[in-house]
Amino acid sequence: MEAVLFYIFAIGVVVAGAQVVLRRNPIYGAVSLVACFFFLAGIYVLLSAHLIAILQVMVYAGAVMVLFVFVIMLLNLKEEELGEMHVTTMKGIGLAAVLVLVGFIAWKALTPVQFARDMAVNEQIHGFGGVKAVGNVLYRSSVLPFEVTSLLLLVAVVSAVVIAKGKI
Amino acid sequence: MNSVGLPHFLIVGAALFALGMVTVVTRRNAVGILMGVELILNAANVNFIAFNHYVDAPGRLTGQVFSIFVIVLAAAEAAVGLAIVLAIFQTFRTIDVQETDLLRE
Repeated sequence: MEAVLFYIFAIGVVVAGAQVVLRRNPIYGAVSLVACFFFLAGIYVLLSAHLIAILQVMVYAGAVMVLFVFVIMLLNLKEEELGEMHVTTMKGIGLAAVLVLVGFIAWKALTPVQFARDMAVNEQIHGFGGVKAVGNVLYRSSVLPFEVTSLLLLVAVVSAVVIAKGKI
Repeated sequence: MNSVGLPHFLIVGAALFALGMVTVVTRRNAVGILMGVELILNAANVNFIAFNHYVDAPGRLTGQVFSIFVIVLAAAEAAVGLAIVLAIFQTFRTIDVQETDLLRE
């Protein structure tokens, strides 16, 4: 059951991610990116990271992609402004290099490792990956990075307004 | 192959990273490049959570907390990046990254 779900989600992630590369129109790319993020949320649930899965759907598929689609609609690019899809030998070489890289990583990853552990071990720990468990770690041992993150968000908001507005 | 282990998740992460890298390198559209960056950050997240699940000591959640920070960073990056894209479009009337070469002069 778990393996079937994993393969459904994994194939969904890769196919939707490939659409982002292959589609010329950014709107199609954005919509397939949303699909990709939903499948990724499924993968996080399989890894018993429930809070991250919810955050993935809410922050990524919700907020960030709405921002992307909003900007794409605002720019309202015409067909000729998108530029042509050039197929050059350099791109072919690059694609081959990427395929070789992924194949190498897959080959390395599939060699047996001794620290691989059963899924069942972590399932025994109560509430693993839930809001309470993650919040405990977040607010106790990494409270300083958490506060710095709020500063980062403030800087991002101010700089986004300043850059996009031009004159205030 | 019935059981799913750490290697399978790592392969998904590697494939996602490769797709993001291809998007960043081949796209001439600035919004498309930002989408590729999002794919790369998600590949990093998959690796963090997979390693946290399989390798870290039971009950420790460092990888998941780190991936929360990655999500926050990606949101901030998208906001600033899209603001820059809007500013580029106001200046050049295009978002083709080959034609925005003010620094070259």
